[in-house]
Amino acid sequence: MIHQFDTIIVGSGGAGLYAALEASCKSKTAVLSKLYPVRSHTGAAQGGISAALGNVEEDKPEWHAFDTVKGGDYLVDQQAAKILTEEAVQAVYDLENRGLPFNRTPEGRIDQRRFGGHTRNFGEGPVRRACYAADRTGHMILQTLYQQCIKNDVSFFDEFQVVDLILEGTVCSGLVVVELATGELHIFAAKAVLFATGGFGRIFKITSNAYANTGDGPAVCARRGIPLEDMEFYQFHPTGIMGLGILISEAVRGEGGILRNRDGERFMERYSPTLLDLAPRDIVARSIQTEVLEGKGIRGDGKIDDYVHLDATHLGADVLGTKLPDITGFCKTYLGINPADKPIPVLPTAHYAMGGIPTDTDGRVLLDKDGTVVDGLYAAGECACVSVHGANRLGTNSLLDLVVFGRRAGLHIADYVNQAAMPAVDESDAAGAQSWIGRLTDGSEGPHGGYISDEMQTTMMEKIGIYRNERDMAAAVQEIKELRQRYDTVRVQDSSKQFNTDLLELIELGNLLDLSLITAESALKRQESRGAHSREDYPERDDDNWLKHTLAYLDGDEVRLDYKEVDTSIWEPKPRSY
Amino acid sequence: MQITIKIQRYNPDTDEAPYYQEFTVEADPNARLLDALMDIKRFQDGSLGFRKSCAHGVCGSDAMRINGTDGLACKTLVKEVAEEDGDTVVVEPLRYLPVQRDLIVDQAEFFAKYRAIKPYLINDEPVAEKERIQSPEERLQFDDSTNCILCASCYSACPIPEESPAFIGPAAIAQAFRFLADSRDRGADERLPALDADDGVWLCENHFKCTQACPRSILITKRINQTKRMIKEHKGEK
Repeated sequence: MIHQFDTIIVGSGGAGLYAALEASCKSKTAVLSKLYPVRSHTGAAQGGISAALGNVEEDKPEWHAFDTVKGGDYLVDQQAAKILTEEAVQAVYDLENRGLPFNRTPEGRIDQRRFGGHTRNFGEGPVRRACYAADRTGHMILQTLYQQCIKNDVSFFDEFQVVDLILEGTVCSGLVVVELATGELHIFAAKAVLFATGGFGRIFKITSNAYANTGDGPAVCARRGIPLEDMEFYQFHPTGIMGLGILISEAVRGEGGILRNRDGERFMERYSPTLLDLAPRDIVARSIQTEVLEGKGIRGDGKIDDYVHLDATHLGADVLGTKLPDITGFCKTYLGINPADKPIPVLPTAHYAMGGIPTDTDGRVLLDKDGTVVDGLYAAGECACVSVHGANRLGTNSLLDLVVFGRRAGLHIADYVNQAAMPAVDESDAAGAQSWIGRLTDGSEGPHGGYISDEMQTTMMEKIGIYRNERDMAAAVQEIKELRQRYDTVRVQDSSKQFNTDLLELIELGNLLDLSLITAESALKRQESRGAHSREDYPERDDDNWLKHTLAYLDGDEVRLDYKEVDTSIWEPKPRSY
Repeated sequence: MQITIKIQRYNPDTDEAPYYQEFTVEADPNARLLDALMDIKRFQDGSLGFRKSCAHGVCGSDAMRINGTDGLACKTLVKEVAEEDGDTVVVEPLRYLPVQRDLIVDQAEFFAKYRAIKPYLINDEPVAEKERIQSPEERLQFDDSTNCILCASCYSACPIPEESPAFIGPAAIAQAFRFLADSRDRGADERLPALDADDGVWLCENHFKCTQACPRSILITKRINQTKRMIKEHKGEK
C-alpha cells in the first residue's frame, strides 16, 4: 500500500512529538512509531532539563554553553551549543505553559537543582540549573507533548516499524515500513522525513535503555550511504542498579548523594576535587571502574562486575519521597532496600549515544564532511548528532536537545514542504525491504537470533566499554563481522503475519549488528582519549591529530572512515579538569 | 529455581479460540517476570507475542494478568508470584480489550476513552509571567495522578465493565482529575460531558481494584471520588 504525506515523523518520543507539533500546523503530517506513543524511552528520563532560568540563583545561557562544550571535551560544535542553551530558556517556559507540572519554588516558580558538570561562572562550582518534575521529568515531557498532539489532532500510525529509506540521489522521497498488526509492507511517499528513533543502548549487555532502543533510524540511514558521526562516543551512566542496569538518576547526587567505596571513602574527592560526585559522567564512570578494578569495590574482588555504593541515606525520607520518589520505588522493587536506610549498589550502565545521524542546527541530515544536505531528510534527538554533546553529554542536556532541536527541525520542515514537490515512488521501492524480510521468513531452517544477540551484547560490553585498547577493539570488530555473517542464516520461528514480534526483533537485531560494527570500527581508529572514549594505549587527548568528528560509512561488510572539522569558534580547547 | 509459566495463547491466523501452553524456565527469584518471558521468547518459542519496552515499570507496555492480578511483568518479581521450585505462574492478556495475539490486546478503546476527557491543559488566558505561577501546595493536589503511564492495568482490574462495558474506566477519570485539580486548568466545562454521563464517573462503586492494581501507586479510587465531588461542586456553582 502506498500512502502520501507532506511530512513523516519516525518515532514518538520527545523529539518526534515536538517536531510533529510544529510540522502539523502547516503540513499534512503523520507520526509512525513502532510503539504506542507514550511508551517511548523519553519517558524513562528522570532528573531534569537544564535551562539558565536563574530562578534560584544567578545563571546565564553562556555559562551553560561553556559547560556543555567543556563537558563534551571540546568535540562539541560551539555555535550549536550556543543555540541549545539560549533556546533552552523559552523551551522550558513553553513546556510549562503547555501544562508540564514542574516542581516549584516556595514563590511558585519552576524549581531548579544541581546536576553533573553544570557550573556557575565557567567552572567555579555547581549551579542549580536543572528544571525538574520529581524524578520523572522525561515522563512528564513525553506526556505533555503527547497531550498537545491529541489537542492538535496529529495523526499517528502506531506499531509501524521502519525498514528502509527511499532516496533519489540526494533527495529523500519516503520510507518503507512494516505494519506490526498485519505484517503488511507500506510505502510512505513524503516530501520530508524526520528520524527521531532514539538510542541504541541494546548493543550492550548492561544498559539503561529499553528493548525498543535499537537504533532503527541510524541503521536504515547507514545502509543507504549516509554516514554516522562520532559513533565511538557512547556514554556509560555512572549509576545503574548493579546487574540490571536500571538508571539511578544523577539527581540523587544532585540532591546530595555520595559515592563510596568499600572503605566508606568518598572517592570522588581524589578524582574531581571541585565538583566531586557531580563531575561529568565520563569522569565519574571511569572513577567507579578504577575503584572496582583496584579492589576497592564493595565485594573487593577486583572483578569487572563488582560495584560501589551510592549513599543517599543522609538525604532523609522526605527529600527522597518528594524529589526522588521513582528512584526510591526502583530500589524497593528491584533491590528490596529503602535508600533512606541503606546505600544503593551501583555500577556504570550503557546509557546514551553522543553520536548518530549528522545534522545541521535545523535537523537537516548531512551527507559528507562538506556539509552536503540530503533534501527532505531530517533527524533529531538521540539518533541525531548536531553535535551538541561532543565526546560526553552532560546530564539533562538530552531532554533539552529533544525539545530544542525537535522543534527547530519541525519548523524547518514546515517551511521546506511548502516549496518542495511530492516525490514519485512506486512498489519497486520496497524491493530491498521485501528481500530482507523475505529471506527472514522464507520458511527454511535457520538459527534463532537470541544467541547472536547475546554474543553481540557481551562483545560490545567487554571490548568497547569504558576502558578500551587496540587489541580488544580489533577483536570486537572481527567478532561483530562474524556475527553479521551468522545473521545472514537467521530465520523466524513465527510464520504468522499478524503481530509477528519475532520478525520485528530480527529486524532490530540486524540494525544493532550494523551499529555495533560502525561503533567498534570508529572507536578502533580514534587513537586518543577524549570524553567517553578512553583508551589505555592512548591515554591523552590529542587535539593536534584528533580534534575532528568521525564520519563512518557502512560499505557492505566494511566501514569507511572520514573526518570533519569541529566548530571551536567561541572557546579555544583547553585541558579539561574539574 | 525452575518454574512453569502457563500462558494464554491465541493466533488469529490459526486458532479458533485461545488455549493455554506451559513453558518450563530456569528463573532467578529476584528476576522480573518479564525476564522469564523473554527467556521463553528468545530461546524456546520465538512466536510468543507480548509487548515490552523499558523493562522497569515506566513505559506501560507489558501490562498483563499475572495469577489473576493485573500489573506489569517488568515490575513483578518471580519470587512474588512463585514461592518455590515447580510453582506455576498463570499469565493472561488484560481483560475487556480484544486479544490480537497471545498477550497483545487492542488498546484502541482504552485510548479513545482517555482522549474523550480532553487530556491536555485547557487555559487560553495569556501567561502573565514567563511561567504560570503555582505554589508547591497547589501542585501537590494532583501530583500522584501525573504518575499515570496509561498501562491499562486499572482498566482490566475494574469489575464495572463486566456489566457496563462502556464505562469510561479508572485511568481516564484519574487523567481527568490530573487536569481538573491543576490550578492552571480552566477546562472543567469541556470535560464534563464525558465524565458526568451515563458511562462516566458515577458508575464507580469504590471496589478499590484499580488502586490495588496501579503499578504507579496512584490512589485512583480516591481521585475518582474527588472527581465526583468536583463535578457536584462545579454544577452547584452554576
